[in-house]
Amino acid sequence: MRLEPKPAPSLAITLLFPLAAIATTLMLTSILVLAAGASPLSVFYLVAKGAAGSQFALLETLTRATPLIFTGLAIAVAFRAKLWNIGAEAQLYIGGVVTVVLGTGALPLPSAILIPVIMVAVMAAGALLLLGPAVLKTRFGVDEVVTTLLLNFIILLFVSMLLEGVLKDPMGLGWPQSQKVIAEAQLPRLIQGKRLHYGFVIALVSAVLVWVVMKKTVLGYEMRAVGHNPEGARFVGIPVNRALMKTALLSGGLAALAGFSEVSGLKGNLTLDLSPGYGYTGIVVAMLAMLNPLGVIASAIFVAGIFVGADAMSRAARVPSYIADVMVATSLLTMVVAILLTRFRIRWR
Amino acid sequence: MDALEILFTASFWVAAIRIASPLIFATMGELICERAGVLNLGIEGIMTAGAFAGWFTVYSGGDLWAGLLVAALVGAMFGLLHATLTVPLGLSQHVVGIGVTLLATSLTYYIYRLALPEVTSPPKIEPFQPLPIPGLSSIPVVGEALFTQTPLTYLAFVSVAAVAWILYRTPVGLAVRAAGENPSAVEAQGISVTGIRMGAVVVGSALMAVGGAFLTTSAFNSFFFQMINGRGWICIALVVFGSWRPGKALIGAILFAAFDAYQVRLQQISGGIVPYQVFLMMPYALSILALILVARRAAYPKALMIPYQKGER
Repeated sequence: MRLEPKPAPSLAITLLFPLAAIATTLMLTSILVLAAGASPLSVFYLVAKGAAGSQFALLETLTRATPLIFTGLAIAVAFRAKLWNIGAEAQLYIGGVVTVVLGTGALPLPSAILIPVIMVAVMAAGALLLLGPAVLKTRFGVDEVVTTLLLNFIILLFVSMLLEGVLKDPMGLGWPQSQKVIAEAQLPRLIQGKRLHYGFVIALVSAVLVWVVMKKTVLGYEMRAVGHNPEGARFVGIPVNRALMKTALLSGGLAALAGFSEVSGLKGNLTLDLSPGYGYTGIVVAMLAMLNPLGVIASAIFVAGIFVGADAMSRAARVPSYIADVMVATSLLTMVVAILLTRFRIRWR
Repeated sequence: MDALEILFTASFWVAAIRIASPLIFATMGELICERAGVLNLGIEGIMTAGAFAGWFTVYSGGDLWAGLLVAALVGAMFGLLHATLTVPLGLSQHVVGIGVTLLATSLTYYIYRLALPEVTSPPKIEPFQPLPIPGLSSIPVVGEALFTQTPLTYLAFVSVAAVAWILYRTPVGLAVRAAGENPSAVEAQGISVTGIRMGAVVVGSALMAVGGAFLTTSAFNSFFFQMINGRGWICIALVVFGSWRPGKALIGAILFAAFDAYQVRLQQISGGIVPYQVFLMMPYALSILALILVARRAAYPKALMIPYQKGER
């Protein structure tokens, strides 16, 4: 069996492949639905209805998509430069920590100043957290996959320590949770009385900004060159290590914004269940978008829809909601195969 | 008790060897994959699946050894998936590995919920019992630590010897090592690099799953969510720490486990002055530190993470 390169496909074909990947995923996961004794068609219908069947469902999906856009962007940026940041989960939590440290009354500022100040500090914290593994990679040759993965566990324990110590809400009835952020530090709701908040708008703006950086700036060019061929990039005079550092700063900062947006826009305080794995799901979001920052918006909404829809479905049908996690993981694998097939033809002899 | 005295008690070393056992299986599994040139980041999920498969087989009325076999088969299946995507198709080992971990973990949780929809506390099974080796187990401290364990721990040590013997003393082992160093030389001998690498990933993944099953059938007696808790990632660090050699990796796993057992005991005698999370962080921090220490002189298999295409140079 051999792989033969083929000419770049047209845009229509390129867009067709993610759809083929999703169709394959649905076929594979319907086996599991059958194993649960339910009908795949009705279960998938219930998932779709739960994700987008009403105004409430749609808003809930967009709310769930918000942190995924941030983590998806973080991964897309990093993976483009082949910096394997699997630590978005930790960066997200650090973002949450900085939000409650600055947002619970330490800075008595009006909203218009306080929120940007918190955002800058949050991004700086997330950026620094990824800078460590990036320096270890470039200076010592330590694989960043393992360091970022291990940091996820360390940071989660660190947050647990803070929530049972200095950040613990004295009025929290003993629960490990922080105080609520003050009104000035809250992102307002987009629609009165609904959960969707301005974090979603910030996420959309971030996606556009990241797209501009990737396509139109020298940094974006350097990142793509480093990801494509580090030796070649070094040969033509691109400062590879510096480009990787900048990538790490951008990626860590974006992932941390997910934590800020969840605390400031949705939850109000920091708890240990701020994220049900948004950092890891961001990898799937980024891959489904083929690492395109604008595509991340669509794939984050799609993935969020699966989770929101599966929650609603599992209440109606007796199929565990973990089916959503299986669908998302399967779609990651079918998607990488689909991307391969856009570029290569498989010859069996 | 004094912080230093702990190190001389038999019960401490018994615990250390028990904690080391699942790490030894999984580290050997990862080592085989990497020696053949494939980084297997599916390890965390494969251990989760193995832990569940082993426990569930016994829970459903199977023998403990049958549980182990089922776990190994489930691991091999995920290994085959990983290998198919990364070896002949040459897809990114990072992305596929994370994908396999996500898939194996979520599939495990799905099947657990499907099989046991209403349970709140996970049901227990009768796990492997300690099997003291007559004579040897009465040697103070060392004998007690090594020879009052369950059969699975003895098997873990046997697996190290077997992996070392196969890698360094058999033609298959030579082919595996060469596939990770210089694949075109393997192909020149008329041996299929694709076949060797896929075989290594399948066998390695089976070992990882047995490591997971150790937790549910020997160390504990039930399956609960997130029970692997980063052990897979730690094994990847242990392979690097052991410079891709079975013996050194074994020593690394025992040192690591001793440290882990020690922090639990320190936690008890510290009397809550230091937050317990600091102690729990230590194993992960230690793994990162170990990676930094060995990184400069790490002798990576030269073809690690480089896909091989026949006839391409």
